[in-house]
Amino acid sequence: MNDATIITDRMRAHPTDSHTLARYEQTGGYVQARRATGMSRDDLVELVKASGLLGRGGAAFSTGMKWSFLAPPRPAYLVVNGDESEPGTFKDRQLMERDPHQMVEGSIITAIANDVHHAFIYIRGEYAKPARRVQQAVEDAYGAGYLGKGIFGSDYDLELTVHLGAGAYICGEETALINSLEGQRGEPRLKPPYFPAAKGLYMKPTIVNNIETMSNVPHILGMGVDDYRALGHDDDTGTFLFSISGHVRKPGNYELPHGLTWRDLIFDVAGGIPDDKELKTWIPGGASAPWFVPQEHLDLPVTKADTGKAGSMLGSGAVIVMDETTCVVRAAERVVRFFAHESCGQCTPCREGTTWLEMILRRIESGQGRMIDLDVMLDVSDNISVGLGWPPKQTTICPLGPSAVSPVMSIAKYFRDEILDHTENGGCPKLRGPVAVSIG
Amino acid sequence: MPLLYLAMREDGWLTEDGMREVAEWTGITPAQVQAVASFYTMYKRERTGEYLISVCTSISCMLMGGDDVLHAVEDESGIPHGETDEDGLLSVEHVECIGACGGAPAVQVNYELIEGVTPDKARAMVQWLKTAKPGVANTDEMQGLFGGRTSFDWAIAETDGAVGPYPAFGPTGTVEEST
Repeated sequence: MNDATIITDRMRAHPTDSHTLARYEQTGGYVQARRATGMSRDDLVELVKASGLLGRGGAAFSTGMKWSFLAPPRPAYLVVNGDESEPGTFKDRQLMERDPHQMVEGSIITAIANDVHHAFIYIRGEYAKPARRVQQAVEDAYGAGYLGKGIFGSDYDLELTVHLGAGAYICGEETALINSLEGQRGEPRLKPPYFPAAKGLYMKPTIVNNIETMSNVPHILGMGVDDYRALGHDDDTGTFLFSISGHVRKPGNYELPHGLTWRDLIFDVAGGIPDDKELKTWIPGGASAPWFVPQEHLDLPVTKADTGKAGSMLGSGAVIVMDETTCVVRAAERVVRFFAHESCGQCTPCREGTTWLEMILRRIESGQGRMIDLDVMLDVSDNISVGLGWPPKQTTICPLGPSAVSPVMSIAKYFRDEILDHTENGGCPKLRGPVAVSIG
Repeated sequence: MPLLYLAMREDGWLTEDGMREVAEWTGITPAQVQAVASFYTMYKRERTGEYLISVCTSISCMLMGGDDVLHAVEDESGIPHGETDEDGLLSVEHVECIGACGGAPAVQVNYELIEGVTPDKARAMVQWLKTAKPGVANTDEMQGLFGGRTSFDWAIAETDGAVGPYPAFGPTGTVEEST
């Protein structure tokens, strides 16, 4: 294992102008996209497949495989997913704000590899500054002849459109994103038949890739497959951006190889807990992931396989750390509230279930809980995610509903006494005021 | 969706007239336009102030005191979340994660981000918006005035920023479809 980084190098070396075209080109930018215009599609797809690059949006599916599934009818589209909204994640914001050209170059290479002549970057509406940066980067790339008709002097045409979302987490789900891009409500489509690779944007074959994934692509060409694979280990090649937040001394984005332990990540990389408080629990991979606790998981390696075996996931790499002062009922309520607010409302188990879970958690927190509430929550959860196993057996079109079940399952498993204490003794012992807000 | 942003820019918020006009442009019914608009949090279908203050109270911000920041903003402005003052100057809302967890707690003014906000600084920010009434809500300026720790090192300041309750660049990337 080594500590080399790739996708955050430029922004750390040149903090004042890493986002400009001049700096990007001065540091080797657009060399690989230019090269790709002279390469065959099959070679590019095979290269990325061989690199072992897994999608960085949360599902960790092989990017090369995804590309090879693209159905033959043309036109085909590429959609770059910059709708990052999961609580705990802020890595794509950094990549868009600080190194937008890197992601644009990755998108150009991806488009060439998939015979795509019109690509879209979908950015969440709340990301005003990152979207401005990306828009500027795209305009500069057009100006330099790297986008538009005959890119890099070749006979390949590529249009790249920046599209702004308007505040809906669910649009990060690829089929919902496609609906949103078409100007519809951002509701996920049923798979089958709407696999994006076959029936995606405007019912045409479509590739949907994450910003961080795109940022990796130029480096795979630049470094070659062997060097890229050597950065990571085994099945988790390359580096991974962890967003660490919550009760740690040094929150932030860290580009790391897989294979550290959680103890390394929380106490070494992120500097440990402020005021030397005790670690109570943490969310290992974004708000959707079941929680980990120090007595069981602290020395587990941070890899997709080990995290999966332990009943959770690395997902989008967002680590949210909670110290001993945290009320887990309130924390769970906050995570569930998010999913209740963001539920698109198509599927009954999710639309109704998330709202009920939120209301029950809030009444436990405020001292109105009943002894039966824990069982009611688990029953509601079971209707969304049958058997409460991991990975979830969902009763819904997309994984949003089961995501809301994760915190409930976690606190029921590890903090049962704390929930019962809330119920028996009139609410949260740490309650500093009324539970702030109702759902929107 | 870019047309809805355009309609918001014209009127300051998404009015029924605005939605009707979008329906005419696109050749769909007003009900269809409203169905889309109502799906997305950022299309404000109620009167919204010049400055929209969005306080994040999702998990990471909550852990770091986001609720206290929200209460401070509500108290200082006299506006409960989800409401707008009578002058149409300020709106206050609580929002779900705005991707600033490393610099929690975070606040946005017209979607321009300020990280590492404390309740006291949030109060000062409300007063500043009320008195200085900046023509441009600049993320770097506000970060300097009212912010603290950020998710990652801040890059150079921009001179542009948002005015009104929507991102400044409005509908973006509307390249002509060739097919």
